[in-house]
Amino acid sequence: MIELQVNGKRHRLDVHPDTPLLWVLREDLGLTGTKYGCGMALCGACTVHVDGLARRSCVAPVSSVQGKAITTIEGLPDGPWRVVEEAWVAEDVPQCGYCQPGQVMAAAALLKARARPTDDDIDAAMSGNICRCGTYQRIRAAIHRAASGAAPVEKKS
Amino acid sequence: MSARERDRLDRRTFLKTSAGLVIGFTVVPRSVLRAQTAAGAAKPMPDPNAFLRIGSDESVTVLLAHSEMGQGVWTTLPMLVAEELGCDWSKIRVEHAPAAPAYAHTGFGMQMTGGSTSTSSEYDRYRQVGAIAREMLVAAAAEQWKVDAAACRAENGFVTSGDKKASFGQLAASAQKRKPPAAVKLKDAKEWKILGKPTRRLDAADKAAGRAGFGLDVRLPGMLTALVARAPVFGATVKSFQADKAKAVAGVRAVVQVPSGVAVVADRFYAAKLGRDALVIEWDLGPGRDLSTDRMRAEYRELAKTPGAQAAAGGDLEAGFRSAAKTIEAEYEVPYLAHATMEPQNCTVRLSDGKCEIWTGTQFQTMDQRIAAEIAGLKPEQVEIHTTFLGGGFGRRATPTSQVVAEAVHVAKAAAAPVKVVWTREDDMRGGYYRPMWRNRLKVGVDAAGSPLAWQQEIVGQSILEGTFFAPMLVKNGIDGTSVEGVADSPYVLGTPNHRVGLHSPKTPITVLWWRSVGHTSSAFVMESFIDELAKSAGQDPVEFRRHLLKDHPRHLGVLNLAAEKAGWDRPLSAGRFRGIAVHESFGSYVAQVAEVSVDRDRIRVHRVVCAVDCGVCINPAGVAAQMEGGIVFGLTAALHGELTFRNGRLEQSNFHDYPMVRMREAPSVEVHIVPSAEKSGGAGEPGVPPIAPAVGNAVFAATGKRLRRLPFELA
Repeated sequence: MIELQVNGKRHRLDVHPDTPLLWVLREDLGLTGTKYGCGMALCGACTVHVDGLARRSCVAPVSSVQGKAITTIEGLPDGPWRVVEEAWVAEDVPQCGYCQPGQVMAAAALLKARARPTDDDIDAAMSGNICRCGTYQRIRAAIHRAASGAAPVEKKS
Repeated sequence: MSARERDRLDRRTFLKTSAGLVIGFTVVPRSVLRAQTAAGAAKPMPDPNAFLRIGSDESVTVLLAHSEMGQGVWTTLPMLVAEELGCDWSKIRVEHAPAAPAYAHTGFGMQMTGGSTSTSSEYDRYRQVGAIAREMLVAAAAEQWKVDAAACRAENGFVTSGDKKASFGQLAASAQKRKPPAAVKLKDAKEWKILGKPTRRLDAADKAAGRAGFGLDVRLPGMLTALVARAPVFGATVKSFQADKAKAVAGVRAVVQVPSGVAVVADRFYAAKLGRDALVIEWDLGPGRDLSTDRMRAEYRELAKTPGAQAAAGGDLEAGFRSAAKTIEAEYEVPYLAHATMEPQNCTVRLSDGKCEIWTGTQFQTMDQRIAAEIAGLKPEQVEIHTTFLGGGFGRRATPTSQVVAEAVHVAKAAAAPVKVVWTREDDMRGGYYRPMWRNRLKVGVDAAGSPLAWQQEIVGQSILEGTFFAPMLVKNGIDGTSVEGVADSPYVLGTPNHRVGLHSPKTPITVLWWRSVGHTSSAFVMESFIDELAKSAGQDPVEFRRHLLKDHPRHLGVLNLAAEKAGWDRPLSAGRFRGIAVHESFGSYVAQVAEVSVDRDRIRVHRVVCAVDCGVCINPAGVAAQMEGGIVFGLTAALHGELTFRNGRLEQSNFHDYPMVRMREAPSVEVHIVPSAEKSGGAGEPGVPPIAPAVGNAVFAATGKRLRRLPFELA
């Protein structure tokens, strides 16, 4: 039995201890916001927070994160982090959208570490996340927007 | 439609909207479908019932005949409806349409998404749908109020007449009983309130929050997950396999052979993966075992020296070369590329008595439906396709064989259970259907002023369309239009009095496919790099030289001049920065890009790209800008990194470590300028891609004096 704490809830799961956290989140807990992209920690689509730090869930054996606080995109708490998603909407970031939950999680972790990240900070923190649609410049703008605490624009253009 | 079918559809529609009354059903009666698909018939008015539902809760649901793969149809097609309907934009809901003939592409005759045509092909149909529904709502109100319909107006979700006012939701029930008007008048562009205005995406919030459902996210009761061990080289077949160890893995339910290989079916992904790892398969490799990119490159080099099938010709080539003051020759080459959508290929299938249900992110519903029906032993209309969001498409989710769907139906059939077939990243990269490798050989004779007098070009590359649904339309006299697009119709070539374009289409075991902007991915690179070579040879400024050659092509000139102006082409750059320009037409849109680069110890860095686009009538400028930005990054990955190679039949790349992508730290800042235009709408998803590689290559030449004629660029 594996004991996991995900988005504030405890779970006891009968899974192979080597199973990557990603698949336990997606298949056993139904948290499909965390995406599979490469399985080798190369693309960042599977980014979650483990004890507040961005981690690639596709290479983290579920046994290695027992007893740690795991946060997925679904559990990104209201309040300070909601502004990240709102910035994503305001900057019209997503295209296909598949990588975006991972991008948002990486950005939220960055903003937690640095309230006012520079472009160099963004390059360093976000270059592990691939966006095949090429939305990087809008991701950058959204991070700056979230950091500035700017009020979200109205939904209608 | 039988009473039972009607009842079923009615209930389904009811459940979907959970809001009571709706205008019509989501599937139109068969008699209408037949009328719509009759060969040669004039296009009838669209049936609004297929595209639009208005609920008593005021929701306005638009059904998309095209798949949302990032290009923005989730927003653009509703804009077309909303403009004419006069609804409240905040009440718009969006769904992918089911697979049915009513949703056939207005130009291609089958339900599909591609060719950068989603907006242009629906420009009339979706506006008509909105207008028809508006007329029906207005007529219902007029009848109720006993006033002339002309005295009523529909705006912001209400029909009003004098002091009378009723919401669309209140009118929906009586409107749905009315006969649709035989003709509608569409608004003049001057009256537009939504079209032409930058409009944010309707799917952004769900995508940012991880709520958007992709194919990989599908979960069904009792669903199993399968991984397939596929042929290690093209054309290989299973000779024998041992499944004992795979079956011994906890969670593995079955091991079944399918035409593409051996499938391991398990409770979950990880068990399926361990099971697949434990399979022992002996393959009959066949001739594909000898595949070698190096050898193919050598063969293409030789082929390019001989005249291929004639794709374009004019004047007298020999005479042109005789009168030329100078002859310039060059060869260009681009490699095989994978689409590498962020969401790897996948498909979920549930077979039951007389029904096959499919959940997948597809660009090719009609083909999927036909092929799935054949495999399942059903009629196409017994195959239900639930199109999910696509985690990137770029052409990969439209294979003429319905590769992914066909395999999943085989697996579900063999496993006798609902199954999701998941492709790992490695499976996806090694799954074939690549952008073809192409070689171009050019020989151009110029006059004393440097203008071309004779243009000879040989193109070598596999045909994408041969043997597909599109061949009758797009392969003429042995010339695959996608192999020569951007060359055979190039203003440079056709503007040269004596010219000939030849094409060799060698056959190889490698499966090839359209890849975001298709033949233009190669042709723009070749043409716009070579024009720079001619400009250099003539001692002229690259922009001036193009202006001269394109003097009779106002839309090319428009974007060329706009990009040059906005980039400050005539102003000096800071030390160490260099510029290059390229202009290219594709998919009915004209795009020019100026790339600003620096080169540091053989490393190319693209800092800024200024892009000018003329896409004709622009429906959503925000969407067009996003597509240009994305297209530039997509094309930049091909320019700087993308290359697939084969050795001993095996693909040498497998994942993002050896098939790298442009990432945040390499991404340039992009600014997009849209030329106001009343011309016919062109595409946006693809036309941003072609110019970036030559713009960067030309800038690298300005920086280093080295002419890069092969992608991806290598300076060392």
